[in-house]
Amino acid sequence: MKIEGYNLDFFGIPGAVPALHATVDAAQWRETCRRAAFDGGRLVALWGCDDSDIGKGPAVHAALLVRPGLMVITLPVADGRYPDVSDIFPAAGRMQRAACDLFGLVAEGATDARPWLRHAAWPEDAFPLRKDFSGHQSPVSGRSGEADDYPFVQVGGDGVHEIAVGPVHAGTIEPGHFRFSVVGERVLRLEERLGYKHKGIEKRFEQMDLLQGARLAGRISGDSTVAYAWAYAMAAESATGATPPPRALWLRALLLERERIANHLGDLGFLGNDAGLAFGLAQFSCLKEDMLRLNHALFGHRYLMDVVMPGGAACDISADDIGRMRSECDALEQSVALLKGIYDEHPGLQDRFIACGRVAPELAAKLGLIGLAGRASGQAWDLRAEYPCAPYGELEVRMATHRNGDVAARVTVRFEEVFESLRLTRLILDRMPLGELSLPVPPAAAGAFGIGWVEGWRGEVFVALEAGPGGRIRRLHPHDPSWQNWPLVEHAVLGNIVPDFPLINKSFNLSYSGQDL
Amino acid sequence: MFQLLKQIVKTGIKTEAYPQADEALRAVAQRLQSEVLKNFSGALTIRHVDAGSCNGCELEINALNHPYYNLEGLGIKFVASPRHADLLLVTGPVSRHMETALKRTYEAMPEPKLVVAIGDCGCTGGIFGESYASCGKVSNVIPVDVAVPGCPPPPFAIMQGILTALNARRTPVPREP
Ligand code: SF4
Repeated sequence: MKIEGYNLDFFGIPGAVPALHATVDAAQWRETCRRAAFDGGRLVALWGCDDSDIGKGPAVHAALLVRPGLMVITLPVADGRYPDVSDIFPAAGRMQRAACDLFGLVAEGATDARPWLRHAAWPEDAFPLRKDFSGHQSPVSGRSGEADDYPFVQVGGDGVHEIAVGPVHAGTIEPGHFRFSVVGERVLRLEERLGYKHKGIEKRFEQMDLLQGARLAGRISGDSTVAYAWAYAMAAESATGATPPPRALWLRALLLERERIANHLGDLGFLGNDAGLAFGLAQFSCLKEDMLRLNHALFGHRYLMDVVMPGGAACDISADDIGRMRSECDALEQSVALLKGIYDEHPGLQDRFIACGRVAPELAAKLGLIGLAGRASGQAWDLRAEYPCAPYGELEVRMATHRNGDVAARVTVRFEEVFESLRLTRLILDRMPLGELSLPVPPAAAGAFGIGWVEGWRGEVFVALEAGPGGRIRRLHPHDPSWQNWPLVEHAVLGNIVPDFPLINKSFNLSYSGQDL
Repeated sequence: MFQLLKQIVKTGIKTEAYPQADEALRAVAQRLQSEVLKNFSGALTIRHVDAGSCNGCELEINALNHPYYNLEGLGIKFVASPRHADLLLVTGPVSRHMETALKRTYEAMPEPKLVVAIGDCGCTGGIFGESYASCGKVSNVIPVDVAVPGCPPPPFAIMQGILTALNARRTPVPREP
């Protein structure tokens, strides 16, 4: 199969999201990326793999979004070296560094070759995701106790000083390190260092079969459990050729929208609080808690873990449940509209929100900002609207976009998405088809490849899965939108004052766990 | 402003009755027995460390401070520094990259250094287990007083865990005259 503009032989990857796959050589690797960027496409994910167990060598994969859809390219790299593409897609930089830490694959020509996910837990010459890695260590290791000295970029000049924050932060948030270079209160530079939560998720998948993997997929980033479980299920179904029954797909969409609403409600509360309006946190957290309790009553889990499974859904709703969710939608719509009025007219709040932590649309486009934060900076991508999988094709999702790119814009996008998700929820409840909840997933053939791609509340979650012998997982790469968005937080704080950082960071609310893996 | 005040009045007080301490959750009793109630003077400060969770457990810890659970109403407050904390809440399996930070946080705490491990991951390592990157359960790295299972444990269970840790400390010590 050919695509115009690309001189490659593509094979179709079956599944809910149409995608194409091609094997390339080193020159084509760069050329394909350049062409995709030139056409306004972007990098969805980049990951390594080791095929030595099936008689091949290592390889790198990239998933690119081009107008016709998703394209996966694979470059076998016998000598462990491949050409850098971070000059074309800046977001590739950290992904390439991770591939180096985990597989020893080197992006030749990359300007930044520092480790990313590796701190001190394993030595520089060990590569945990290689098939021959035998790294089981005792529960408490000697090595990880050592601090490693990561070479942060230093900013010189009169009166410049550094503030180092983390990995343990003052509040109940995830660990990561932030190095600010400041003059007075103003931020000249921020450098992030992540990887503290790296707990070997990708290696863990390789010890599991397709069904066991579903539970782990739902725990890559707990706040996006439905998005991950769905993307994982989609990948498993794509690899095995299973088609889930329609009712299961509609239930998944219902759950995904509930997850979106709950997270947006929580964030809106915290954003009010971080700007000094504790009232907002109290109000929104009550709304969120009511929703979590209904989740527990209807689906058996407050955050909807383990309800999306390969082959279908592990939950069902009755007519009575539909009634309860309808009244919940009505009540929520009223309360959120009222609170939006209060937020909009609160001068102190707007003063903190407007022009704070701005990412201009041009910068967002250049660096590849995606998801909710991307839509607040003019990046009009929402898979539910642009590349809808069933049932979104029938729902005609209205995408929320803004151009200001500041905290205020990210707040507005959240409000608009809550209202849109409430509208979608009502439509889904009205049209929920009857029928089976799940179908058995046939065993995957060794070597079968599948992908899943779902617009979670934070942005798009991508999963690539390759089956091994005996229905096991040979390689799985889950990709969080935070990979793309973390570097933009470094830009968003420039010129702002240090005390605004928590507010700016919260307005992105990125996952540490999802990117540390 | 009028809308804001009206909404506050309309919302009223949402806090619910507190749970009773659950003795079954107690993991280590002896360590606590030599300590005294007066160390707390009726008020408890907590420091939370995420040592490698999936972030699900954090959602429930955050919920503790919301109006429905209102932990501060019990005299329990989250603080920013381990040096001010009586009790450490630890979530997640301990990733090897967080091992040092967790130990240092624990060392920085004043006695009596109560530790409550939260979630299946904190109790056993959970689905992530032990590996090249994960030390597994919290008690592999620092001493744990009470472990609260659940994935994630709901706010009530976390409150019960905290109360159990306190009660364990209070019971054996007679009050001063
Ligand atoms: S116990 Fe469950 S919710 Fe908590 S960190 Fe572990 S996987 Fe996440």
